[in-house]
Amino acid sequence: MPRIVVDVMLKPEILDPQGKAIAGALPRLGFTSFEAVRQGKRFELTVDGEVTEEILAQAREAAETLLSNPVIEDVVNVEVVED
Amino acid sequence: MSQEVTKEFNIDTVDNAAGTPDVELPWAELGLKDNEFAEIVKILGRRPTAAELAMYSVMWSEHCSYKSTKNHLRQFGQKVTPEMKKDLMVGMGENAGVTDLGDGWAVTFKIESHNSPSYVEPYQGAATGIGGIVRDIISMGARPIAVMDPLRFGAIDHEDSQRVVHGVVSGIGGYGNSLGLPNIGGETVFDPIYQGNPLVNALAVGALRHEDLRLANASGVGNKVVLFGARTGGDGIGGASVLASESFDDTKPSKRPAVQVGDPFAEKVLIECCLELFKASLVEGIQDLGAAGISCATSELASNGEGGMQVELTDVLLRDSTLTPGEILMSESQERMMAVVTPENVEAFEAVMAKWNVEYSWLGEVTDTDRLIITWKGEVIVDVDPKTVAHDGPVYDRPYARPEWQDALQADTFKSSDAGKNLPATGEELKAAVLELIASPNMCDKSWITNQYDRYVGGNTALAAPDDSGVVRIDESTGLGVAIATDANGRYTYLDPYAGAQLALAESYRNVATSGAIPAAVSDCLNYGSPEDPAVMWQLAEGIRGLSDACMELGVPVTGGNVSLYNQTGDKPIHPTPVVATLGKFDDVARRTPSGWREEADGQAIYLIGTTKDELDGSEFANLRGHLGGVPPVVDLAAEKELGAILINASRDGMIDAAHDLSEGGLAAALSEMVLRFGVGARVALNEIRDRDGVDSFTALFSETQARAIVAVPRSEEVRFNDMTSARGVTVARLGIVDAQSGSLEVQGEFTVSVEELREANEGTMKKYFG
Amino acid sequence: MSTELPLIGDYSTPNTELSGARIGVVTFPGTLDDRDAARAVRAAGAEAVSLWHADTDLQDVDAVVIPGGFSYGDYLRAGAISRFAPMMSKIADAANSDAKLPVLGICNGFQILTESHLLPGSMIKNDHLKFICRDQLLRVENNQTAWTNGFEAGQEITIVLKNQDGQYVADDKVLDELEAENRIAFSYVGWNPNGSRRSIAGVSNKAGNVVGLMPHPEHAIEVGFGPDARGTDGLSFFTSVLTHLVGGKK
Repeated sequence: MPRIVVDVMLKPEILDPQGKAIAGALPRLGFTSFEAVRQGKRFELTVDGEVTEEILAQAREAAETLLSNPVIEDVVNVEVVED
Repeated sequence: MSQEVTKEFNIDTVDNAAGTPDVELPWAELGLKDNEFAEIVKILGRRPTAAELAMYSVMWSEHCSYKSTKNHLRQFGQKVTPEMKKDLMVGMGENAGVTDLGDGWAVTFKIESHNSPSYVEPYQGAATGIGGIVRDIISMGARPIAVMDPLRFGAIDHEDSQRVVHGVVSGIGGYGNSLGLPNIGGETVFDPIYQGNPLVNALAVGALRHEDLRLANASGVGNKVVLFGARTGGDGIGGASVLASESFDDTKPSKRPAVQVGDPFAEKVLIECCLELFKASLVEGIQDLGAAGISCATSELASNGEGGMQVELTDVLLRDSTLTPGEILMSESQERMMAVVTPENVEAFEAVMAKWNVEYSWLGEVTDTDRLIITWKGEVIVDVDPKTVAHDGPVYDRPYARPEWQDALQADTFKSSDAGKNLPATGEELKAAVLELIASPNMCDKSWITNQYDRYVGGNTALAAPDDSGVVRIDESTGLGVAIATDANGRYTYLDPYAGAQLALAESYRNVATSGAIPAAVSDCLNYGSPEDPAVMWQLAEGIRGLSDACMELGVPVTGGNVSLYNQTGDKPIHPTPVVATLGKFDDVARRTPSGWREEADGQAIYLIGTTKDELDGSEFANLRGHLGGVPPVVDLAAEKELGAILINASRDGMIDAAHDLSEGGLAAALSEMVLRFGVGARVALNEIRDRDGVDSFTALFSETQARAIVAVPRSEEVRFNDMTSARGVTVARLGIVDAQSGSLEVQGEFTVSVEELREANEGTMKKYFG
Repeated sequence: MSTELPLIGDYSTPNTELSGARIGVVTFPGTLDDRDAARAVRAAGAEAVSLWHADTDLQDVDAVVIPGGFSYGDYLRAGAISRFAPMMSKIADAANSDAKLPVLGICNGFQILTESHLLPGSMIKNDHLKFICRDQLLRVENNQTAWTNGFEAGQEITIVLKNQDGQYVADDKVLDELEAENRIAFSYVGWNPNGSRRSIAGVSNKAGNVVGLMPHPEHAIEVGFGPDARGTDGLSFFTSVLTHLVGGKK
């Protein structure tokens, strides 16, 4: 069944403690090439049947209203993945 | 620890300001009034630079300057006897007050509000509220040892309460639990009046040895000023984008966060790091960065010390390189501290930072110029007398007046109203009323909330919610410790602002004494509507007058606190809600008294201390019937003092095994809660109260007369207990006995209710609404 | 409160035949219960030795407790960053060596042990999604480990449970193996407070020297400062390891 994948990230100007902690750990393990880390969330909405434009629009709306908190987060990607 | 400055700003230097007196500045957008801006120009003898304007505007805000309340708050410092000052090591005005505990120990505590941010983004608002108050405690040189949270939400069944309650509770838990601080209590009230203005107050308490006391002052010319902890971002300066005029036209300022995000891990590391600094005596003065950030920290430290400080602002480590100088000065980024370090300790200081992996940058040094000078790449952008920023802000005598409606409100008593007709009278009706009461949003079991908080960490928690106060041990070798309780009743205070504030103090004082501790100090968080409304200003003036009078009479000094204004939606202010936290001392917390009887107490006598009057106006029962009017219960501080002395002595001399104060919900709530504490039943009778006090059974159960408590007295101690109370002239009634076999609460001649029925009613409500 | 034991004991001069044992307590950035764990060690009659995550010297300790907390904020996964600490490599080596250093992981310590693969399985968010703090009834399923030999098999004890990510998960093969090898050390009794597979509260390694559990025995060692009921059931964890060290019951 096709899935709609939604990626949500903290807005760039919002402090990301999670990303900060991971960024601190990377060089300790020898991974020195990375300047910064930001951690986000991925949601997979499974659809029974074909993903129509209407369903995709619904997913976008759900992403903006429920899956993300518009005060601190942005929806950065909504895409359809066929298995 | 340097960084590249990537942005070139159109820097408004002091020289530039002197040479361009007519430049339009956005002082109104920054919240300054025209008289305030004129005052700044007068102080400086020229127009302020953009950076200076940023500093004055945040430091002269209501939040930082207390300009509407300063003239009233003075009473807390004036109504103090020498006796009250005896144990006071640091009074109001510092980050938090400090009280001597004896044995070389001291305790510091403070309560603060984080109301508006917790409505906008409940999780982060509540979380950063905890973070801020904990940093206040650290900056006194203390190890934080516990936190508490008095909360007020809108109606329990309002759909927005889902968002706010879930967010606030998990925010407090998420941040507080990560710090290793037990959450030992607080209170939760639901009332539609708080729908758009929930109150999220946070209290922290810390312990220190006398010699570790640190103050926020920058002393010692040549000492270094250091900023450490998290990097500075654009947090909390959403409204300050008007200062964008600082930047070149082609560089649009990047977006500023609408919400501050807390990093509890960074805070935990900061706590340990600061304690290590204190232990090795590596800092001379220290200040946390809260509201007004670097503006506040530099001006406070400088004006409390030798009077001068020089700081290079480009040395501040940034999370966002587009920040302008003014924004850096105003930023409220969390988890930051500023300290003053002697040159010889610089290396040792840096070693501690390295151990805890904490970022820091040296910003400048203490001078003897009496000026706070801030430079940007060497160019002077701030040159002020720091006292004019930190302490000499405007002070207003806002007009206040008792509102016209107050008389009508007080005349509308519960029993004269329709809501007060057909009150429960039969046994069945009384039983139903008791169950309805303990299932109501305000009286129901709050373990849905408190079970999301760690109450055990530290291994020193002797009592926590639902007991009357939170009790923590400070010295393991002696058992020395403290008890703290927070209380307020917005309905009482609405009916009578003066008495209501006193009743808040009376209840928290009583709660501390009920647990067996000697009340010693008070911190208050005054949550009110807009001071520009004369009726609200009157409530506030009356509240402060009432609270300061009562503190004097009870002999407990106010050591600090916070005022939160503008809690209103449109023209509708919240009920005036002065939350009062009382701190009590224990020589040995082993003597603390829990709020219920255990199975081992089977057969112990149950006494009610104090008399019962017909006082139902503003009560929880009246609230259940949707009525609010009349006058609140009479304040009797002399009786509170006597009751407190009895509870403390009885605990010290081992005369009681359980004690619970009577407050909201009266005897009905207190008896139910004592039975539910350990699930052990009781048999009581009301006839003695009825006959002696001339009240009916309903009034005996639901009246909220003050200065009362229930205690459980072992049979072997009854004679001593009665001797003590009669010697003190205090009225007691022997209500009945603890009955571990019955599995029920029996009110003889009226009704019997099983522990299961009580529990089901009491525990079901929060789960029903919040899952 | 005449029925209660004295609340404050003098642990500074333990006078038992077991004193002399040195038990390390590891502190990571974000560790919270290290002082509590050290207090429990002293209450049992041993010397508590502080071990810093960034050091590599085990200081000749006879056993190690990895206490609870939120190391590195638990921001990536609980225990995921701490497992790479230099001290953890030393502890893993010592636990796997012939000497079989006894190691107890509590809560975040348990999570660090699973991330380090010293114990099987992993912990995910509680099934009800909330942090939970409560007095928890457990059954001691295996009293043959270094940290449980002081209990009766099947004994029910009450200690403190407090966590956000406490749901123990592993695939069926691993779970069957744990059961077959009697390596489920503790089970939740009455109510499974976090949705753990097969109500597992704690497990051990094959040799029985490494034990991890979500609930906190170090918060139940002193009457008046732990669970309402009894309150000292946690002390046996720490006396068990001392018995083990002097060659008593395994």
